[in-house]
Amino acid sequence: MSTLSQPATKPAADASRGFLSVRDLYVHFATEDGTVKAVDGLSFDLARGSTLGIVGESGSGKSVTNLAVLGLHNPRNTTIRGEILLDGQELTGASERRLSQLRGKKMAMIFQDSLAALSPYYTVGRQIAEPYMKHMGASRKEARERAVQMLGKVGIPQPKLRVDDYPHQFSGGMRQRAMIAMALVCDPELIIADEPTTALDVTVQAQILDLLKDLQHETGSAIIIITHDLGVVAKTADDVMVMYAGRCVERGTVREIMRTPRHPYSWGLLGSIPRLDSPVDLPLVPIPGTPPSLLAPPPGCPFHPRCAFPDQVAGGACRTERPVIPEDEPHGAACHLTPQQKSTIFAEQIRPRLR
Amino acid sequence: MSEQLSLTKVPGPRDDDGGPEPSAPLLEVAGLVKYFPITSGLVLRRHVGDVRAVDGVDFTIGQGESLGLVGESGCGKSTTGRLITRLLEPTRGTITYDGRDISHASRKELAPIRSEIQMIFQDPFASLNPRQTVGDIISNPMVVNGVNPPGGREKRVRELLEIVGLNPEHYNRFPHEFSGGQRQRIGVARALGLKPRLIVADEPVSALDVSIQAQVVNLLQNLQREMGIAFLFVAHDLAIVRHFSQRVAVMYLGRIVEIGDRASIYGRPRHPYTHALLSAVPEAVVDDEGEGRERIRLAGDVPSPIDPPSGCRFRTRCWKAAERCASETPPLVRLEGNREGHLTACHFPEEPTVAARGEDVVLDPALAAIEEATDTTH
Amino acid sequence: MLRFLVRRLLGAAVILLLISAITYFLFFFLPSDPALLSCGKNCDPQNVALIRKNLGLDHPIWVQYWHFMVGIFAGRDMPVGHCPAPCFGYSFADQQLVWNTISDRYPTTLSLGVGGAAIFLTVGVGLGLISAWQQGKLFDRVASAASLLGQSVQIYFIGPIAILLLSTKLDLLDRGHDPHWTSDPAGSVSGLLLPCLILSVIFWSNYSRQTRSLMVEQMSEDHIRAARAKGMTSRYVFLRYALRGAMATVITIFGVDLSAVLGGAIITEVTFGLHGLGSLSVQAVLRSDLPLEMAVMLIGATIIVLCNIVVDMAYAFIDPRIRLS
Repeated sequence: MSTLSQPATKPAADASRGFLSVRDLYVHFATEDGTVKAVDGLSFDLARGSTLGIVGESGSGKSVTNLAVLGLHNPRNTTIRGEILLDGQELTGASERRLSQLRGKKMAMIFQDSLAALSPYYTVGRQIAEPYMKHMGASRKEARERAVQMLGKVGIPQPKLRVDDYPHQFSGGMRQRAMIAMALVCDPELIIADEPTTALDVTVQAQILDLLKDLQHETGSAIIIITHDLGVVAKTADDVMVMYAGRCVERGTVREIMRTPRHPYSWGLLGSIPRLDSPVDLPLVPIPGTPPSLLAPPPGCPFHPRCAFPDQVAGGACRTERPVIPEDEPHGAACHLTPQQKSTIFAEQIRPRLR
Repeated sequence: MSEQLSLTKVPGPRDDDGGPEPSAPLLEVAGLVKYFPITSGLVLRRHVGDVRAVDGVDFTIGQGESLGLVGESGCGKSTTGRLITRLLEPTRGTITYDGRDISHASRKELAPIRSEIQMIFQDPFASLNPRQTVGDIISNPMVVNGVNPPGGREKRVRELLEIVGLNPEHYNRFPHEFSGGQRQRIGVARALGLKPRLIVADEPVSALDVSIQAQVVNLLQNLQREMGIAFLFVAHDLAIVRHFSQRVAVMYLGRIVEIGDRASIYGRPRHPYTHALLSAVPEAVVDDEGEGRERIRLAGDVPSPIDPPSGCRFRTRCWKAAERCASETPPLVRLEGNREGHLTACHFPEEPTVAARGEDVVLDPALAAIEEATDTTH
Repeated sequence: MLRFLVRRLLGAAVILLLISAITYFLFFFLPSDPALLSCGKNCDPQNVALIRKNLGLDHPIWVQYWHFMVGIFAGRDMPVGHCPAPCFGYSFADQQLVWNTISDRYPTTLSLGVGGAAIFLTVGVGLGLISAWQQGKLFDRVASAASLLGQSVQIYFIGPIAILLLSTKLDLLDRGHDPHWTSDPAGSVSGLLLPCLILSVIFWSNYSRQTRSLMVEQMSEDHIRAARAKGMTSRYVFLRYALRGAMATVITIFGVDLSAVLGGAIITEVTFGLHGLGSLSVQAVLRSDLPLEMAVMLIGATIIVLCNIVVDMAYAFIDPRIRLS
């Protein structure tokens, strides 16, 4: 991984910062058309045993961020700057060797498309056993037993038989369970789930989300759940980060984000989705326009071309000045509107439409 | 069957939209079946089985009404849509459109009807020819059907672009110059070109970003209201279906298990599968908000439509299943306490409420095991 | 797997039967009178009639075909003499048993094909793998340029150049000869080395390019990323996960290339003046030796069909989705 501008002295992991702590992360891709600023100055913390939901639409940088945490970007065209501390260890400058020792052991990932993310050429059991052998030094036999145990744990019936099946012999839901088993086989302390249920049917999605949550209760691992679905976040996360154009536009607890969101984009997301009990005669309130290009993001606040309120900000700051989230606010939004304006607009214009 | 059909003809009288009260249904589907044969053998193809995609479906759609069709993958909802637009030939059953039986109508017989039943597809990227301009794409159906609107086709296309919220100036642009949501608008404009009376929308928003979905849903809703177009709205997103459709049918493995006005289906469901489906929807609401909803977690996935369970097809995943469910297929009928038009196919229906139960229904073995061990309650 | 094999073998039998029927009718029915051909220069109508009777040409065509097919499996008595089990008849040209001529010649062609294929698979796939691993670096660029060059040459062009350079001038390699392996074991290996190399040149460049692009494509697959995400090293992932996927496709390409390899072997034989089936069939065509042509054709077809089954088996072995469906 190529790293620029690493500070020479690494700060010791201080207690106030989370188990996973990301500071000023930039991930830029060199493409033929120019530099894609996929992640553009992102900071967040995650405590052990808690779940962070990262919400955003396609191209918001949510997946890119997490691949950067795992160090899985192609170093040839990727520039990563900033600080990623996992349990006090710096990951941005770490060697590939060091990272490969951490991946699967201390941090693991659950992918969206289980059919694509499991190799068609090896049995499910072998793919689960592999990291266990590598990280735990287990023998082939021990690892196989562990695979059977994990399959049973995630709810695969007859795990002793199914351990020798190939991924294509599993149904979609079963495959996703197998992938969870594969990610959890070494009891990782950080689990990154990238749209873990997007490809699944809704009843299976509910099973899988609950399973993740229940397993977390048991093991106390930290989870990052990446999704475009606010519902999934509401059901799983403790804290939420809303991403837009490679930046965090709002962060807070799940309650804060769902009930008193402060960023116009969050308002837009909540207004775009109907609920099972919302009045049907009120039209949805879509966000106008389309997500910005990451090659040439709009100046100032990247959301301003789609925002209804830039005129309420003095001096047109939205178009020129990039808003930041105040460091000291646990629930904060990167928006130039004053706190007073935000709460007035939310109470008068937004909340009535949400219920 | 005929008795049930007569019941389905009239949508819920107190439909909360005050939607148009239809006199005769625009579309009537009875006993619709579509099997896809499975063959094997290299030279001599043997018929070894069928994918029973749609296996006996009855419903009606009134003039200007939207019927939502929900269910999980493999339930046959998309196939049903394709049968109605006659992109597929039904194996059995009848499709009656505006009084005419079109179930096996030839291409020629269909010609006058083709323009009245249009389809909107899920994938706005795949359903538009990349080598044609937007103007050509939208005017093509008019050319094929020999429609000459007053003022010419180009004028009509520009009007349509305006209606779907695109810039009429973009007449000569190509699909790749548009974003996903805009392409779906092009698809809508194309469907509108022939003044359809029924649009089959197959997952029209599921490929779009959340913020764009609402734009397209609102557009379709305006069309339904202002132009009086009827919709068969096929989608897996239950909240969007509820938002869009006055009546909703829930499908499972090729059959409708419950159908009715939306207030009944979403507020007073009777079929266990409807309960499970609704309970599985992750709502963007923090749990302690308002009154709790029931929690039902099924086990496993939907069985294969090649060899569906006997009797009630949901019985293999149902917590109320008894012997009778295996031997006797439950008819789709109006149950005691159901509103008119609310039909349920279940021997042991649930209480008409979605409120939280005394005890969660957790059938998933892994969840049950962990939850019992840690004794956590959600 | 067994069912798969049986099914493929049955299918192959049907295909070979069809090929034999079609070639038989094409060879013995359409062209000039075989009796006339076999009669030679000084020929009177009486002789022709006699030969026609001797060859069984007075029977209807399907009876002739039936005799021919029975002869292959059971042998047959022909007017010229008895023809034992794999009976392809007697040559028109030299009145020898066709099978004897062929069994004398096929080792050369087989060694060329197998040897050439072994070289181009090893070199091609190997180079492709290194290029993919070193993607974008110097080795990759040099190898890419080299394979472009390799793709644009022909055997009959580089063959003579190689003989001139490598054996005549530098005396590094045998110039290509094929003594029977029982009489001169060392010579039969060294004599075929250069021809095998030359035959491989026109193929390996394609395999290195294909392997490289397949590996690069594989490395961007989700399951590769997932394997790395669980801590497998890049090398392990490259050799275990990506290679397996790429090999499935390389084997398919190889299956398609088999007949080209046989064709290449024939051109190579002619270029190097070797005595294999290639030169034999050229000879047979020039002399209108129908039984010999027919036999070479059928045996070639059989080899290709059987090799294809082996390729399919290898594919099924690599990809469980094929094996278990």
